[in-house]
Amino acid sequence: MSDQKRPDARITPSAKVKPGQEPSLSSASGKVSPEKNDPPKAKVPARPLRSGMSIVPSETIAGTALVFVIGIMAFLACLTLGAVSLVNSSADKWQSDISREVTIQIRPSDQVGMDMAIRDASRIALSFSGVSRVDVLDDEATVRLLEPWLGSGLQLNELPVPRILTVTLTADAKPDFDGLREQLESQVPGSSLDDHRAWVDRLTTMAWTMVAIGTAIFLLVMAATVTTVIFATRGAMAGNKDVVEVLHFVGADGNFIASQFQKHFLKLGLKGALCGAMGAIVLFLALGFWSSRSLATPEGDQISALFGTFSLSWTGYVGMILVMVFVSAMTAMTSSWTVRRQVNLLQDYRRAS
Amino acid sequence: MIRFENVGLRYGLGREVLSDLSFEVHPKSFQFLTGPSGAGKTSLLRLMLMSIRPTRGLVHVFGREASTIRPQQMPIVRRKIGVVFQDFRLLNHLTTFENVALPLQVRGKMEADYRQDVKDLLEWVGLGHRMHVLPPVLSGGEKQRAAIARALIDQPDILLADEPTGNVDPPLAARLLRLFIELHRSGTSVVIATHDLGLMDQFDARRLVLNSGRLQIYE
Repeated sequence: MSDQKRPDARITPSAKVKPGQEPSLSSASGKVSPEKNDPPKAKVPARPLRSGMSIVPSETIAGTALVFVIGIMAFLACLTLGAVSLVNSSADKWQSDISREVTIQIRPSDQVGMDMAIRDASRIALSFSGVSRVDVLDDEATVRLLEPWLGSGLQLNELPVPRILTVTLTADAKPDFDGLREQLESQVPGSSLDDHRAWVDRLTTMAWTMVAIGTAIFLLVMAATVTTVIFATRGAMAGNKDVVEVLHFVGADGNFIASQFQKHFLKLGLKGALCGAMGAIVLFLALGFWSSRSLATPEGDQISALFGTFSLSWTGYVGMILVMVFVSAMTAMTSSWTVRRQVNLLQDYRRAS
Repeated sequence: MIRFENVGLRYGLGREVLSDLSFEVHPKSFQFLTGPSGAGKTSLLRLMLMSIRPTRGLVHVFGREASTIRPQQMPIVRRKIGVVFQDFRLLNHLTTFENVALPLQVRGKMEADYRQDVKDLLEWVGLGHRMHVLPPVLSGGEKQRAAIARALIDQPDILLADEPTGNVDPPLAARLLRLFIELHRSGTSVVIATHDLGLMDQFDARRLVLNSGRLQIYE
């Protein structure tokens, strides 16, 4: 049969009905009188016909509990993100500090005097692009450096103590370390170059480990959120079984029914995620403030050695806002997906049981 | 329009509640479905509505065998069927107007487009003064009329009504019957499940009589 309506079957009475007359679809000249026990007719007040009520009543959804759970999950997710961001930026800072400096070690050699070796090594290092300066650890500084192990009054001439040259690199410079190492080894006997690669590698590994752990925690928190929302949606659907059935029988498709639930869950997700993310943002701001106030104290120094100044970069805060949006969207999508699955089961032409 | 071929129905492992039903509901036809309580009238209506699947036999709806209709297409087919439930199934948190407008709302129509139609239909069934009222405040008869209006609002090709006069007094039952007759005259097929013999005597129509799961048809 065609989807088009029969032109003669329009049920839109145009004429005003009069009491006592019989109803007529074609002429619409009458109406069904109310039954005897009906309350007396009142004049219909001029007000909106719709109450603005959602098809799925919000009070049938366990909203407060869900907002609370989503809030906690969003808080944990933001906390994880913030911690990873802090460690990552600290590791970056350590890495960049280390990688902006390399050292040349010159061991005493019979072939050439130490002073000559230092001069040659400095000249070679400065000839490479990206090297801004070379500092020689003078005798006094070297004696001070070795004092804890060799005691005071050390005479450097009496012991074959290696000398250290600190080579400072310009920012973002990537000098040819292999070439420098090669020239030093060929022209300055007993010299070696340490570009701190082992430290940088360790820091990079640590930073990636932290990111991986953070990502795993974030994914676990998200999985817990999805599971919670699935159970909450199923509960809401069970509580609104009559509504869903009526919608189903009046011809609502899965998308329509899902959208009715999705609206509520998006609202709940937004509310919970906003609370959680704001909580985490406030916590990080407070920690940053406290750490900036405790810079000169021993505990402040210890914490700042590990986490820097505890101040999150703007990307960290943007990340937290994105987590909030993501948690809300995921809540809405999960509920929509759950409703669709349940409605598909309802729409399935199934055997009587 | 709806055709049953040797349809049988049993719930779970119980006995067959409907056996070897073969009949057709023709376009623009009017029929009463009757039988004693527990005869299977509601089950037969549920089969017509494709709410349940028969244990055996075939059900054809609008020219298609029901089991071949994909779940995604089911809502489109159901939109051609108006249903009046025995227990009304009005949504208690929506006003009478909103309940009646629900089928149009789920079809994605804008309120401005259907507002007048719904108002007119509510006036027509005598609920014009009750359109802002929530169902718990309505009397049984008013709920019945609201449920009927909801089934009619989108002018279905077929109307299935389960005991539509079960909660009203005889004069109102007669008026509701006339409403169904008018609907039938406008081209909608009507199936009224009832055990009210007095109601059936008021209109000479085809009778589908269920007894012990078997169907007898009196043209």
